[in-house]
Amino acid sequence: MSTHKAALCKVQILKLFLTSARCVRITRFYGVCGLSTSTPASSPKVCIVGGGPAGFYTAQHLVKTRTDVQVDIYERLPVPFGLVRFGVAPDHPEVKNVINTFTQTAQHARCSFHGNVRVGKDVTVEELQEAYHAVVLSYGAEGNRTMGVPGEDLAGVYSAKDFVGWYNGLPRNRELRPDLSCETAVILGQGNVALDVARMLLSPIDILKKTDITQHALDALAESSVRRVLIVGRRGPLQVACTIKELREMVNLPGTRPEMEASEFEGIAETLKSLARPRKRLTELLLKAAIETPGEEELEKRNRAERAWGFRFLRRPLEVLPSTDLIRAAGIRLAVNRLEGDGEGVRAVATGEVEDVECGLVISSIGYKSLPIDPAVPFDARKAIIPNTMGRVQQTAGLYCSGWVKRGPTGVIATTMNDSFDTARTLLQDIGKGTLDVSTVKPGSQGVSALLEKRGVKPVSFSDWEKIDSEETRRGETRGKPREKMLDVGEMLQVARA
Amino acid sequence: MARCLHLGSFLFTKMVNTPRISMGVKTCLIKIWTPHSQGKAISIHSAIHSDSENNSLSEEKVIIHFINQDGIKTTTAVTEGQTLLDVVVNKNLDISGFGACEGTLACSTCHLIFDKTFYEKMEPTVDEEMDMLDLAYGLTKTSRLGCQVTVQKWMDGMTVQVPQEVRDAVGSKGSQ
Repeated sequence: MSTHKAALCKVQILKLFLTSARCVRITRFYGVCGLSTSTPASSPKVCIVGGGPAGFYTAQHLVKTRTDVQVDIYERLPVPFGLVRFGVAPDHPEVKNVINTFTQTAQHARCSFHGNVRVGKDVTVEELQEAYHAVVLSYGAEGNRTMGVPGEDLAGVYSAKDFVGWYNGLPRNRELRPDLSCETAVILGQGNVALDVARMLLSPIDILKKTDITQHALDALAESSVRRVLIVGRRGPLQVACTIKELREMVNLPGTRPEMEASEFEGIAETLKSLARPRKRLTELLLKAAIETPGEEELEKRNRAERAWGFRFLRRPLEVLPSTDLIRAAGIRLAVNRLEGDGEGVRAVATGEVEDVECGLVISSIGYKSLPIDPAVPFDARKAIIPNTMGRVQQTAGLYCSGWVKRGPTGVIATTMNDSFDTARTLLQDIGKGTLDVSTVKPGSQGVSALLEKRGVKPVSFSDWEKIDSEETRRGETRGKPREKMLDVGEMLQVARA
Repeated sequence: MARCLHLGSFLFTKMVNTPRISMGVKTCLIKIWTPHSQGKAISIHSAIHSDSENNSLSEEKVIIHFINQDGIKTTTAVTEGQTLLDVVVNKNLDISGFGACEGTLACSTCHLIFDKTFYEKMEPTVDEEMDMLDLAYGLTKTSRLGCQVTVQKWMDGMTVQVPQEVRDAVGSKGSQ
């Protein structure tokens, strides 16, 4: 070996020695250096209910900011990550990169994950409050807003929540078996979830088969007869809730062409110069797809396209019309609206006119909705959130909330991230000021484990999840997919315990 | 000595790339190498000297100042060619929630605000970046996504900052 290499080697070893020596000194001084087998009995213990983005980001901020906090995350399913796993579309894998951050958090010495634990059933919130200094509710929105119209229960009508759960492998939606034998699908709602659903219905199978979409959804979509998707909203083009990235994906979707009514865009071009840049660019793209004469290449693409999609505006569902045998959806009756007011105050008002659209698949994408989890937790049934001020649950000391259950079910992962950091800051402030008493010794997860054992509940640890993760990845590899998700909780538990 | 080089460079790389290393490994290393380093103190010292001289000649550093959400300024010396997201990650800068999607244009959490003079010299923003940038909280006329900006020599002395209250515009009232 040359002297230069030997010298470099010595430099590296010395740097390593100095750093590790420093760490050893820090360890001896503070008594804790990230790796300890037991946290001191008197450390603050926080419990988080819900293992999705809100839960993980709240945990991340807590353990990062205070070196004495122990955080335990409880999740109903054996698998973590919530809507990152079950909501984000299969063809958006980059959005799921946040899982790497969550994994780091779960593997932190002062954080632990407990899956397969149903808070409200296996253990109550009151019992959690006895075991921990603080409980943070981050369990999201498992319900959905309903259209509230006749025919909503007919075959062929689904909530976007269930449809998305079906193609993303949510165990409770695995038997959905949506009927895709019709030509036209109508989606109510014009947010990003509506566009995700439209994209799944119209994407070439060659694209979908390389994603982590569930196999049964892939097989069903390969046999699908759906060729036309209408994305219907109550208000006008300037009020669409989707964002430009998702709209651009529709415009560029191979094998498809946009089909919209020019009359629905009257007067829109004139408003462009007064719009803020995000809304302006979105509206420009919408106008381009809807009414502009396409260039040669685009024209060729549209002529070859076998599938079509389009927005329809100023339409509200009145009734899902049944087939002659009264079993399934055969059409949808829509009330025609007009807009009143302007700017933020724009409202949709019925004109009295009505329009029927023939379709065999109706998907309502008008919003998720949180549900109450435990009678001990205050719940605002009208807003469908836990009443709170800056994350502190009203009238209940030691109880906090973060994510959709706190602010309502809108926003992307980053919105939830910032919201979770806010709640964590509030909680830490309360510890600092003494409003949250952490002086008593609390049993934390040891106390809860004892209760769960008595009740025959066996939690799934993060390393148990990693066995499920490996198995799903292995199964996916044989099919050229990132993973093949398990659909059955029983199967997940079997693999976790192997 | 061959074994030393392998173990040393392996552990060194691990240290740079992994957020945490178990204490067990580090304490073990100290036990192995302490007796050897004592006898060779002088030659190691001179090795460090010459190596750092060589390093400063071959890697020209660009000075960039980062101001985080609390107004705290950190100065870094970085090499050309990496993105500003790489810098925040590699230097472990204290900017909360930065780079959630790991530089794949699927979020806006690496949003940075630049001085006009530097902003105007940068490559224009492509549609895909603009699409995500449009969702960032506190968007300004001199905003960019850090994952799309590559450090270049002429950026020496540049200051970048995150909005003083980091939020995504999507989901907040009246943003669109």
